[in-house]
Amino acid sequence: MQEAMIKRAKELLADGSVDRVIGWKRGEFAYDITPAVFTTAEELDRDFVCDDFTAANVSKYLVKETQKEGKILAFLKPCDTYSFNQLVKEHRIDREKVYVIGIEGGPKLDIEKIKAKGITGILSVKNEDYTLKIETIYGTQTMPFYEAILGKCASCKSKKHVVFDELIGEDGDVLDSNRFEMVEKLENMTAQERFDFWRDQLSKCIRCNACRNVCPACTCENCVFDNPKSGIDNKAPADSFEENMFHIIRAFHVAGRCTDCGECSRVCPQHIPLHLLNRKFIKDINELYGEYQAGADTTSRAPLNTYDKNDCEPSVVHERGVE
Amino acid sequence: MQVNENFEPVIVAFCCNWCSYAGADLSGTNRLNYPTNVKIIRVPCSCRVNPMFILRAFQKGADGVIICGCHPGDCHYTSGNYFTRRRITLLYSMLDFLGIERNRTRLEWVSAAEGAKFAATMQQFTEDVKALGPNRRLEDLRCRKQ
Repeated sequence: MQEAMIKRAKELLADGSVDRVIGWKRGEFAYDITPAVFTTAEELDRDFVCDDFTAANVSKYLVKETQKEGKILAFLKPCDTYSFNQLVKEHRIDREKVYVIGIEGGPKLDIEKIKAKGITGILSVKNEDYTLKIETIYGTQTMPFYEAILGKCASCKSKKHVVFDELIGEDGDVLDSNRFEMVEKLENMTAQERFDFWRDQLSKCIRCNACRNVCPACTCENCVFDNPKSGIDNKAPADSFEENMFHIIRAFHVAGRCTDCGECSRVCPQHIPLHLLNRKFIKDINELYGEYQAGADTTSRAPLNTYDKNDCEPSVVHERGVE
Repeated sequence: MQVNENFEPVIVAFCCNWCSYAGADLSGTNRLNYPTNVKIIRVPCSCRVNPMFILRAFQKGADGVIICGCHPGDCHYTSGNYFTRRRITLLYSMLDFLGIERNRTRLEWVSAAEGAKFAATMQQFTEDVKALGPNRRLEDLRCRKQ
């Protein structure tokens, strides 16, 4: 697929229909992939990469990119197209300035899961018939492909591109995912158990702000957490309250707009399952205000942007589940 | 948990200017008692209550937070309280998901004519929070009064 993508990108650059290309390039290690903008065919040949580690969602970069002159070509996986659509809906991306090529999605690999098997000194990772051949400085090792996929890919919600100008590869369907399993498990715990679970998780937070910076729904020019008067501004938490506050408010600010792309949990250096907070909101919205998938279209109103006269009262929270 | 008989909770009540604040006023002019634990903050509309206000109240030492607004359909700004209802339902649900006691948060609709309801609601809510004891799960230790 990588060759087809580079070929098409070069064609579009050559005939002048786009001025830039956003994709991924390799970092220091083979599995170290980062989003990058390319402007020439030579750069594409040299650096462009699309493999099992290109999990990063490039839609958020398009907010800044479409403010510049000229048109940009973006390669979007199915999950990225939801974020893209949501940003178009919020008028954060100028749709006219982007040429979207939909590419086949994951599952993508999580290097941490490979390292967790005790495999170190990794030189390259190859997928051969769903068995990973991992070349290391100590020799070749193997592990099953599906044991190393990202958490967000394990509970993939859709392989369908909701927006594209052309496709490379095939379009899939919306999947019947099991993504609310863990949320349900937590809901069935007692309040004390839930509190202990989250204290355990959130106390790991170092306030690196990676979750906020990667989140395609977090595109405010001035973030509330950057305000020194907010009481929890951009600094390491000094009290457990600050971790709670940051994560509750961040999840709340993206409620109804979060497309569940799972980037927050992927980038978290402390491996906090942040997507569970967003999924809780999605699950509640689906249950209380009707099924809603953010980014699935550009016309519907977000659930927190509208109301119904017959909405339930907050007392429903008290009536369900375990205390 | 040991219940401290002398525990007096701090309750923060966000009251909408047009209904609940006037309701509180009415309960006063009618000489109805409601607990002195309740600290009222007047807001132009219940919809003005940002989720951060609620968490901030807990940070600064509140043991319970109650939001009072006009009855659905009676909003001075036509639809503010409908938005409040959705927002606050989701926020309370999230707090519950994080293991914060449910009875520390409440939303009530109190009109300007319901002085008695205001007093009764506050009475009831204060008792509920008193039974829960001090807020320990969502407090900021640096703000704790010695």
